[in-house]
Amino acid sequence: MGATTLQAQAMAGDSLARHRRRSSWLLLSPAVILLALWAFVPLVMTLLYSFQRYNLLYPERRGFIGVRNYSLLLSDPAFWTAIINTVMLVLSVLVITIVAGILISLLLNQNFPGRAVARLMAIAPFFVLPPVAALIWKNLLFNPISGLIGWLFTRVGLHPVAWFTTSPMLALVIIVAWEWTPFATLILLTALQSLDTDQLEAARMDGAGPVNRVIYIVLPHLARPIAITIMMESIFLLSIFAEILTTTAGGPGEATTTLTYLIYIRALLDFNIGGASAAGVLAIVLANIVAVFLMSAVARNIEA
Amino acid sequence: MEQEKASLTGTIVAWLAAFVMFFPILWMVITAFKTEEQAIAIPPLLLFRPVLSSFGAALAQSGYIHFAENSLIVSLCSTALAVLIAFPAAYAMAFQPGKRTQDLLVWMLSTKMLPPVGVLVPIYLIFRDTDLLDTRTSLVIVDALINLPIVIWMLFSFFRDIPRDILEAAHMDGVGPRGQMIHLLLPLAAPGIASAALLAIILSWNEAFWSINLTAAHAGTLATFIARYSAPEGLFWAKLSAASVLAVAPILIFGSLAQRRMVRGLTVGAVK
Amino acid sequence: MEEKSVARFARTPLAAKGASLRALSRLFPLLLQALQVPKLQAPTLKAQAKEGSTVMQNRLPRARLLAATLAAALVGSGVLAAGGAEAATLTIATVNNPDMLIMQKLSPEFTKETGIGLNWVVLDENTLRERVTTDIATKSGTFDIVTIGTFETPQWGKNGWLDPIGDLGAAYDMNDIFPSVRAGLSYKGTLYAVPFYAESSMTYYRKDLFQAAGLTMPTEPTYDDIAKFADKLNDPSKGVYGICLRGLPGWGENMAFLTTLVNTFGGAWFDMKWEPLLTSAPWEKAISFYVDLMKRDGPPNATSNGFTENLALFSTGKCGMWIDATVAAGYLYDPAKSKVAADVGVAPAPIAVTPHGAHWLWSWALAIPSTSRQEADAKKFLAWATSKSYIDLVGRTDGWVSAPPGTRESTYKNQDYLKAAPFAPLVEQSILTADPEHPTLNPVPYTGVQFVGIPEFQGIGTTVGQDIAAALAGQTSVSQALAKAQASTRRSMIDAGYIQ
Repeated sequence: MGATTLQAQAMAGDSLARHRRRSSWLLLSPAVILLALWAFVPLVMTLLYSFQRYNLLYPERRGFIGVRNYSLLLSDPAFWTAIINTVMLVLSVLVITIVAGILISLLLNQNFPGRAVARLMAIAPFFVLPPVAALIWKNLLFNPISGLIGWLFTRVGLHPVAWFTTSPMLALVIIVAWEWTPFATLILLTALQSLDTDQLEAARMDGAGPVNRVIYIVLPHLARPIAITIMMESIFLLSIFAEILTTTAGGPGEATTTLTYLIYIRALLDFNIGGASAAGVLAIVLANIVAVFLMSAVARNIEA
Repeated sequence: MEQEKASLTGTIVAWLAAFVMFFPILWMVITAFKTEEQAIAIPPLLLFRPVLSSFGAALAQSGYIHFAENSLIVSLCSTALAVLIAFPAAYAMAFQPGKRTQDLLVWMLSTKMLPPVGVLVPIYLIFRDTDLLDTRTSLVIVDALINLPIVIWMLFSFFRDIPRDILEAAHMDGVGPRGQMIHLLLPLAAPGIASAALLAIILSWNEAFWSINLTAAHAGTLATFIARYSAPEGLFWAKLSAASVLAVAPILIFGSLAQRRMVRGLTVGAVK
Repeated sequence: MEEKSVARFARTPLAAKGASLRALSRLFPLLLQALQVPKLQAPTLKAQAKEGSTVMQNRLPRARLLAATLAAALVGSGVLAAGGAEAATLTIATVNNPDMLIMQKLSPEFTKETGIGLNWVVLDENTLRERVTTDIATKSGTFDIVTIGTFETPQWGKNGWLDPIGDLGAAYDMNDIFPSVRAGLSYKGTLYAVPFYAESSMTYYRKDLFQAAGLTMPTEPTYDDIAKFADKLNDPSKGVYGICLRGLPGWGENMAFLTTLVNTFGGAWFDMKWEPLLTSAPWEKAISFYVDLMKRDGPPNATSNGFTENLALFSTGKCGMWIDATVAAGYLYDPAKSKVAADVGVAPAPIAVTPHGAHWLWSWALAIPSTSRQEADAKKFLAWATSKSYIDLVGRTDGWVSAPPGTRESTYKNQDYLKAAPFAPLVEQSILTADPEHPTLNPVPYTGVQFVGIPEFQGIGTTVGQDIAAALAGQTSVSQALAKAQASTRRSMIDAGYIQ
């Protein structure tokens, strides 16, 4: 049902529409007001702080310093690196989780023995606390000396890889993708379940191979759920933090310092609330630019 | 309709994929039953006499029950609160859409993009001044607000799939929005509400940043419980695994029971 | 209806404390039951909906759902209010080190003696520091006792955030506490925290491997010696790396060790005008030495090894040598925890050009925030947990090797302790000779051996630590890393107003 039809229906009766508009606000207001408070009060405070010299550790040295926090931040090469890292992390995790999600959901949508258990196993990582996920990977799997993956590498004649030293971003992407693939799988699997099997059957009768069936029937069917997955995941991926802190602490160098992590360093290591607030304001601006692009693309899909 | 049976290759590959995804969790559970020396032994031990000492150590001093109780209360209450606020809002957006409904929805989702670290100090000051630091109330409020946009969005998707003629008919019979919501929408959308609630419970259970930074001795959740295991001195792989199993087990069991329902809720709106 | 419930929820007095958990626990099954609505397939759902009668039949479960949700929220708001300080209960924030966990375990003794209850908040070091600093700096008063180190104590004392310790009674014997440790926990001669344990740094080595390779550890090793030994001991095919050193970025991780290394190479963080010296010759030499040594003889993945990881490596026999905190000795010499307990040897921290600042001084100490409302009771706990009789208690209950080290002269005269801890004399000597007031060859405007005692150092140290980790990982050269570190440090110092 498209938005226009909905609106057309809403306009059907004139009195009806007027009555509704009134009650509509009443119903929406709790959510809107609360979210506005939640979004705006800290934002306004953050904006104020971002123009101040404000370090928690120097209570006596506080005052207005104009745009100094912003100019310091924008002239800091670490800031630009962090933006690139954030984009890299979010994009690669999105690509991996969507591709893996499609493949796994196609596999799990087959009719095979023990399907319910297999589905559960594939979805389980979604329920793991982020710091726990990071610690499992860092200590039990990726550790080149006592970790399982390193041991497997030596078994097949390779050198164990020092993941967090040689390819820290890749290691981080693997961990985060592992956490979020189940989410994509979950959504896409359900979408597949509503796929019209008659259509697939007909295509099969017409001699379409499995690959063609996936490309021409399944994937178009999944377009909207994929768009929704991308939108929801980006929201969560932009604020990935615990995984970085526990595994690489943003390093080596700035290899895994994302914008969120940079703000963490400013806010909770420097306790430079002014600088952190400036970075926070820029992060919100950037997130909203992304949001506008992303959401307008996805929003079309929500209504489609 | 009966789905055609998968081929042997298809079955094997599907099981393999499921196993690969599950393996880190399995390995964590296995490690939890090892001694510390066994936990870092190379080659890794697959056959060993399981011991419970790591669980004993994890449970001994830490007040696990207290943290688990907080996690339970906070995730349930914040979810209840979020659903209560979201329900009328989603109703209004789905059945009485205006020109701005779409923008409103997008704006709501975009409030989730505020990086929590950047606003810690303002939020901390607000809770200090309202005397809510280290209370479950503060976490309930924060978690409810964090999850509110997603709950609204899920309910909205759900409501849109409900045939409008029913509500129209009810309206003609003089049933107001309140009556429509309670007597018609609630039973019709119950699966949707349940799945939105389940997702909110899981997200709230896994929320770590605010749970650690707004609490002290009283209101800490299982995320706080884990924070003490993230870098102690000495060998701690087995103890860490045991503590992690303890932290993850309740939600894992809950999630697996609820999985099917949640799947439906996330996508009923999405797949049509 | 909905708005009213929300309003009622908001108005429900939060002070309705102690609302019984039982009521809630009775509600959960109800809530869950209510959520078990019949599974409706979408087509059935529509069909059903069209028949009003079916809808009406569904009224019961629907009413139950609403009631349960509402009730959970309302009861919840009462339950939520649990919290807040009760009389004679202290809230203590502490770090998750084994010594602190023993303190937590033994603390019922204190409650038995005094009737004062204790609430523990145990966190890892980084989280603890964020948590406590946020709370104290915003004067929120959540904690009655905090665990802080020699880095924070003088700064917070200066800010007036901590109560001066003052007199803890004759039995406490303040003069028994090592003067260097007391100095590290004071600001302008006033003591602001009492040490729970203290540590310096020293060299650990494997006597068995040294013997097999025909090497002897000198009584005062130099870094040249260490490099030679490491080359000989390194044998990755047997799973033994010549040397393990910290590589995990962080001001309290790799930079703690590296700052002592730079100190003994004759360098310093800043000159007397607060100009950073990170591109000076001593830094270049020290960091190149470290990176070369670790690339040659260190374990893989060194950039993710901090104190904890290295302790695990050494105690499982993967390292020939390790230069780190003296507090690790208690663990490494304990046969129950360490595979190499019989073969560990200790030597002083190595020296390069100057002995100044070659080994550090750190102490985890207990302090009372000035926002605490229970200073008198908190003071009683401080006196209990850092007293001679507490050390005695740990010796009796957990074994003398676990006694909190490094704080009191009397511990180092105790024959039981000396028997259990053969490393004790070296630890004592290292702590006594560490001099945070004069940490470098040339005079500097700051105090602290392995850190610079200014608030900005946490951020600066961590950023520089990341740059050096990048060099260790081979992403950049040492001079590139140091140039970058110099630039960012200078920027921070200008920002903070040290450099005009």
